[in-house]
Amino acid sequence: MKNLYYVFKKCVGCKTCELSCALAHSQSGELSEALKEIKLSLPRTTVFAATGENYPVSCRHCKEQKCVSACMAKALTRDAATGMVLHDENRCVGCWMCVMVCPYAAIRPNRKIKLPLRCDRCKDKDQPACVKACPTRAILWEEEPEPKK
Amino acid sequence: MSKRIFTGDLATKEMRAIAEDSSIQTIWDRKLKQEPHCGFGTLGICCKNCNLGPCRIDPFGEGAQCGVCGADADVIAARNLLRHIAAGSACHNDHGREIIKTLLLASTGKAPGYKINDAVKLERFAKEYGLETSGKDVNKLAEELAERLFKEYGQQSGELMLTNRAPKKQIDIWRVNNLMPRGIDREVTEALARTNIGVDNDYRSIMMQGMRTALSDGWGGSMIATDLSDILFGSPEPLRAKANLGVLKDDQVNIIVHGHVPILSDAIATASVDPALIQLAKDKGASGINLAGICCTALEVLSRKGVSVAGNFLQQELALITGAVDLMIVDLQCVMPSLPSIASCFHTKVVSTNPRAHFPGSVYIEFHEEKGMEIARNIITMAIENFPKRDKSRVHIPKESRDLVGGFTTEYIFKMLGGNYRSTFSPLNEAIISGRIRGVAGVVGCDNPKLKSGETHITLVKELIRKDVLVVQTGCAATACAKEGLLVPEAAFKYAGKGLQEICAAVGCPPVLHLGPCVDNSRILTACCEMVKEGGIGKSLDELPVAGAAPEWMSEKAIAIGWYFVASGAMVVFGNPYPLHGSHNLTKFVTEEVESVTGGKWAFEPDPIQMAKIIIEHIDKKRQALKLKPMMYP
Repeated sequence: MKNLYYVFKKCVGCKTCELSCALAHSQSGELSEALKEIKLSLPRTTVFAATGENYPVSCRHCKEQKCVSACMAKALTRDAATGMVLHDENRCVGCWMCVMVCPYAAIRPNRKIKLPLRCDRCKDKDQPACVKACPTRAILWEEEPEPKK
Repeated sequence: MSKRIFTGDLATKEMRAIAEDSSIQTIWDRKLKQEPHCGFGTLGICCKNCNLGPCRIDPFGEGAQCGVCGADADVIAARNLLRHIAAGSACHNDHGREIIKTLLLASTGKAPGYKINDAVKLERFAKEYGLETSGKDVNKLAEELAERLFKEYGQQSGELMLTNRAPKKQIDIWRVNNLMPRGIDREVTEALARTNIGVDNDYRSIMMQGMRTALSDGWGGSMIATDLSDILFGSPEPLRAKANLGVLKDDQVNIIVHGHVPILSDAIATASVDPALIQLAKDKGASGINLAGICCTALEVLSRKGVSVAGNFLQQELALITGAVDLMIVDLQCVMPSLPSIASCFHTKVVSTNPRAHFPGSVYIEFHEEKGMEIARNIITMAIENFPKRDKSRVHIPKESRDLVGGFTTEYIFKMLGGNYRSTFSPLNEAIISGRIRGVAGVVGCDNPKLKSGETHITLVKELIRKDVLVVQTGCAATACAKEGLLVPEAAFKYAGKGLQEICAAVGCPPVLHLGPCVDNSRILTACCEMVKEGGIGKSLDELPVAGAAPEWMSEKAIAIGWYFVASGAMVVFGNPYPLHGSHNLTKFVTEEVESVTGGKWAFEPDPIQMAKIIIEHIDKKRQALKLKPMMYP
């Protein structure tokens, strides 16, 4: 199972990953057009700055998901096959509990449409858009290491 | 009440807490939202000069190492830097142009609010330009001078006249290395032309034009602006005033002048003491009119008229948040676009005045010298009429303000050291030669939320004077130290080393001399020339035991100023580097190689104590080369 990894020392904070993420989830997939879309596509990844380093952050799809247990509407589930946390937009009530409990601040509230946004690893593509876009190759798309026994 | 701990002086801390409690966004909040700042921009390796790109160089060496056109990190970083220098120089040169225009209008009777205030300096200055002065009417001479100066802006070849102020050896350095600026507007134009795609592709050659452009500012636009401002508005002489937000008064009409060009602030200062307007203010329930300033235009009217300084760059928004400002009048440079929206939370009016600088949300009243006094009176009337709308329950003026002595000039240093009858620079040179004073450091520039707002300046200056380095200051850096009480003679006994203390006691001057706004950094150049002329401490500017620093620089103007000092032989230290470090070669050029060309060089160090160490080491190196005596009180 592949996951996103970050070589944070290589992150120069240009936020190209944020732009490419928003673009990949937009209707048009074209920058100037995407900015005009009514249901504005927002980035699901954020670059945070702390203690002089830059940290790109996106949903880790954790094995023990605080967000799934916090979801009162049962809109969040974890798919064992893909290892991903899935979000059912129809069940979501927009309470932002998932946003609050996420230890990585990786879930972003889209206040306009009242839906939380999280990285879906660009599900139908061979490689997440941010990996392709990163100009310093600070984002890796690699197999998860086997858990230590 | 906010529980966060803020940086800055006491008044700044207090007002930042109030801003947070009132949910008003200030520069510090916006800075947090920008973090992290893009690394490509920080390193100078992002190029958007043409439509092949935008292009970026991977600083880790794995991705792209050239833009689409083939420009590598060296070319891209150098071109970007040259554009910064050109923009910074353009600001000062344009400022100078405005003052020449005012001189022309005043001398031809078209701007009745302005007149020649320092005829002696006018004559001296006109002589430098080779004009015949004897028996000539002051206004006629001023008119001829203005016409002559305008020609220097359009000059295509030759040399700038004021470079003749430099020592002979310095002039030779510029001539040999092809650094002599040929015309004031010409160098900025050529700089921009060189940065177009496929023009200058050698980082060394690009930087040589960078230095020539900066020299056209320091020894051209800036120097003209300084000297003509003295001629028009009067040469400053030391005077006492106050600095910090505490200068605002809760029972008076508070007017703030903010920006850079003294044409506007001088007219406002003159009109603000008009008895009819003061009476009008009293009729509206105020006890008077209180004029204060922010940024460099504050320092123009501080050094000439003793107008107090409300704050430096970072405090412009905080001044509005006091709720006590009835009107803020701005011209250009360093005026935050956020001001009108902050003012809209209060009764405060923001009036913009310069056709180059528009601020949506402000009231626009175009300023013309021809009707200068009339416009100034109208704006002050507007402020007075706004006074009754002030919501007293929302007024919060911090108590802090400190005394300062401002108004030093190169000419005044002569008088200060030698008296009226035998004015001379020799006591300064003697003090350096004998080891009482180690050397001179200019600590100038902006204040920046990236560093601990103002504290960097204070720590650096205290450390320098402790080590017997005489400090000269301009701009927001000077205001930062004024707020700490470093710009008064008494500060010598509290902070200065024994040698510097002796000099300050003998002369009666502060250990830190305030030379005015940032355009007046040209005064530091002329003071250095006088030191060389006096003799005994070097034959060109690069031999002098001097250095410069802009610990919290942020404006492109600071880059231009730094470069005209480096091109004139000085070492300059910046806190944060300008976009540069993406190119190893360019970094090596500006921090090492350039020294073999001009004798000056750059250093970058954000820690003020380390910065002081770099400056002192440099000064000691120069002292050794000159074989000066060891320091008297090491």
